[in-house]
Amino acid sequence: MTLPWILLFLPLLTAAVNFLVLKKSPIAAWLSTASALATAVIAFLLLGKTDQASFEWATVGDFSIKLGYHLDPLATGMMIVVTVVGLLVHVFSLAYMKEDEANARYFTGLSLFMFSMTGIVLADNFLMTFIFWELVGLSSYLLIGHWYHKNSAADAAKKAFLCNRVGDFGFMIGILLLWGITGTMKFSDMGVPVGVSEFTLSAAVLCIFCGAIGKSAQVPLHVWLPDAMEGPTPVSALIHAATMVAAGVYMLFRLQLSLGADLFIGLGASDVIAWVGGFTALLAALMATQQNDIKRVLAYSTLSQLGYMVMAVGLVSGEAGMFHLFTHAWFKALLFLGSGAVIYACHHEQDIWKMGGLMRKMPITGITFFIGFLALIAVPGTSGFFSKEQILEAAHAKQPVLFWVAVAVAVLTPFYMTRLVIVAFFGKARDEGASHAHEVGPLMWLPLAILSVLGLIAGYPFFAEKFAPAYKRPEHLIHFGMVTYISVGAVISGVIAAILVYRGKDRDPISIPLLQQRFYIDQLYDNVLVRYLQNAGAAIIAFIDELFINGLLVGGIGRAAASAGNAMRKIQSGSLQGYAFAFGLGVLMVIYFTVFL
Amino acid sequence: MASLNDYLLVSGLLFAIGLAGVVLRRSIIVMFMCLELMLSAANLSLVAFSRFHPAANGLPDMHGQMLVFFVITVAAAEVAVGLAIIVALYRARQTIHTDELTTLQG
Amino acid sequence: MPSPLFWLFATLMLIGGIAVISFRNPVASAMSVVACFVGLAGLFIGLSTFFVGVIQILVYTGAVMVLFIFIIMLLDLKNEEKRNSKYAPIAAGLGLVVLFTVQLVGVLSKSPNPEAPPLDRATLAAAAGDYLTDGKIASSLNAGQLPDVHLIGHMLFTQYNFPLQIIGVLLLVATIGVVVLSKKPAE
Repeated sequence: MTLPWILLFLPLLTAAVNFLVLKKSPIAAWLSTASALATAVIAFLLLGKTDQASFEWATVGDFSIKLGYHLDPLATGMMIVVTVVGLLVHVFSLAYMKEDEANARYFTGLSLFMFSMTGIVLADNFLMTFIFWELVGLSSYLLIGHWYHKNSAADAAKKAFLCNRVGDFGFMIGILLLWGITGTMKFSDMGVPVGVSEFTLSAAVLCIFCGAIGKSAQVPLHVWLPDAMEGPTPVSALIHAATMVAAGVYMLFRLQLSLGADLFIGLGASDVIAWVGGFTALLAALMATQQNDIKRVLAYSTLSQLGYMVMAVGLVSGEAGMFHLFTHAWFKALLFLGSGAVIYACHHEQDIWKMGGLMRKMPITGITFFIGFLALIAVPGTSGFFSKEQILEAAHAKQPVLFWVAVAVAVLTPFYMTRLVIVAFFGKARDEGASHAHEVGPLMWLPLAILSVLGLIAGYPFFAEKFAPAYKRPEHLIHFGMVTYISVGAVISGVIAAILVYRGKDRDPISIPLLQQRFYIDQLYDNVLVRYLQNAGAAIIAFIDELFINGLLVGGIGRAAASAGNAMRKIQSGSLQGYAFAFGLGVLMVIYFTVFL
Repeated sequence: MASLNDYLLVSGLLFAIGLAGVVLRRSIIVMFMCLELMLSAANLSLVAFSRFHPAANGLPDMHGQMLVFFVITVAAAEVAVGLAIIVALYRARQTIHTDELTTLQG
Repeated sequence: MPSPLFWLFATLMLIGGIAVISFRNPVASAMSVVACFVGLAGLFIGLSTFFVGVIQILVYTGAVMVLFIFIIMLLDLKNEEKRNSKYAPIAAGLGLVVLFTVQLVGVLSKSPNPEAPPLDRATLAAAAGDYLTDGKIASSLNAGQLPDVHLIGHMLFTQYNFPLQIIGVLLLVATIGVVVLSKKPAE
């Protein structure tokens, strides 16, 4: 079967052609979009198939590294998310990035990302996952730093990359640990032998979870994701909302499937994962309530939803997490693309307090955004409701404290989202840019429309069964119970609270510095970690480089050579007789050694 | 008739005299003559060996004399080139005294 | 017991050699080399290698030393000045020579000392069988003479033919090289 290989390598080929041949040509954008379309078609063709194949990539001794794909319902479902969101983002970008000078570089980056993400999804072993894991990190870096002439973008790209590095370091250790435990890298061959202590297994899982902390931006490595909003908005939609940041969840769930989910029940690592997820969800939701940048609000909401998913995986309800990933991908991509359209229409204004009244000026964007909003706050009937319901039920069944944390998040989410919608889309325009805004072109609203339809229906079993990765059909469409009532109550209370607080306001009536400053975590990192680490690093570098390498090695060797040369100079008298004498002496010694010894 | 060692001794003494000349004299042209003495001393031992270690048929070993023949030819060429170099050197430096040729001094 | 002629020529050669390094005047040194080489040629002939002896006279004393004298004349060389009281180099040079001589005597005292094999009529006639294709050598050998030149020529043009060609090229190169070296610079 060659289709999976095409699916994997077509984007790479596109990126290579874009980068090496087309360079700055406007064709690059269309080529990338065509490639995205082709991969989406292939992803639909492969839906529900199971297959695997691999080829040898490198062999060291009797250890060989293989690259291969592994198709199962989880991978093919995930591919649908990746390729369809990817395709819509490509289409949206055609319009959004039309005037950008480095348009071709942008699309090259997108294609590279599609390749890397496909690699993660299709990978049949952990090493390959890791390679592509790093590749998505690279393409994310390239795309966040797309406007690298802006300092903030360059810094954000660096920050994202470094935070990911920290996580990936643990990830690598985890992979090696797991390899030590199971003796294989391949997902399908993995099995924990009897006699492995729970502690060892927990350590391995937690190390692997480090990778997910980095990539899926969980506390404490969450700081890069809000900053990553410096990148172009479609990138945020694709990478930092729908696909890449969800890769951590996907990878964890893949790990659970490979080792067997039963193993994780009661495992110490699972609790840690669940708590980290819950904590992230709550923290991010709190921070989101006080952000003014439209993209940052969405970024924190992404963090919070990722926290939900991670929590679900930690509660060994990976199916719920994956389902939420699936629905979240649609409506969050929709929200991001919608915010992109808004930003585009308001001449790159991102502050919600300078918008307002956009619903009338941009009805299509407004309505689609509103649909996304409904899905995100989990209004019954939308896709978000179904998936969040599953997570809440899982939490309710397994870990009551986390359930209440999740409920708190479920109150906060409608609160900050309602705030965003009321401030940006209703009321009157508060700024020049917003008052002159008008509807975006069809290339931009078409993806929005498609995504809003998906955001509405993706949660219904008839749709999810077909396309969602690892979907388990619940017994009833809606299981009316305590959880449902609490969840609906949370949504209603959140929305009402926000309406009461923010309706008709021109300025933020609430000001909580602690939340505005994101719990001072960024400052803490900047002032303590980064500075001291940098100073310590600089000191070490100064020591090793200046004293050891420069002084002893380079300079020392240089000085040794120079002084040896100086000593030897004395011998070079330039007197021919002297040389003849030395020569004669040499001959005598040769005779002595050959004849007399 | 002299024995082999007589010839070798004489040859070695001539070589020693040549070596002493190269080390002691400071005129390049005389040093060059001394080099010729040393070459000839080597020739003498070659010829002596050729005479005292006859070939299978009892005649002197002609291979040794061949070598001498070639040494003399090469020496002739060497002298020609060497003297040309000395002339060029003299033209450039107005001297052939090794004390004054110290470009190689470190 | 060495023959008186050996002593005569050996003494001539060594005295000539010592004279070379003793004279301060380069012309005198050159003439001493000539004397030295004449003695050497005598020793060659005493070893029955007539051809080499003659070549030694012809090439060295006749051509090479004449070349030396020409150059000395051309450069108008004066006497070498006296060293200004530097004994260390002299001592070093002499010490080197003494050491060498000691080593030489040491080597020779330990090595076997064969007498010269006979080159009488019987030996020569016996060797004639090897040269049946070359009538001249065979007849000379049978007549009790050592056809030195013929033997060398025979070997030179049979076994050493290729080196001979190479030597020819070397001489050509040397000739051209000398011309190039002694040409005055173009400016």
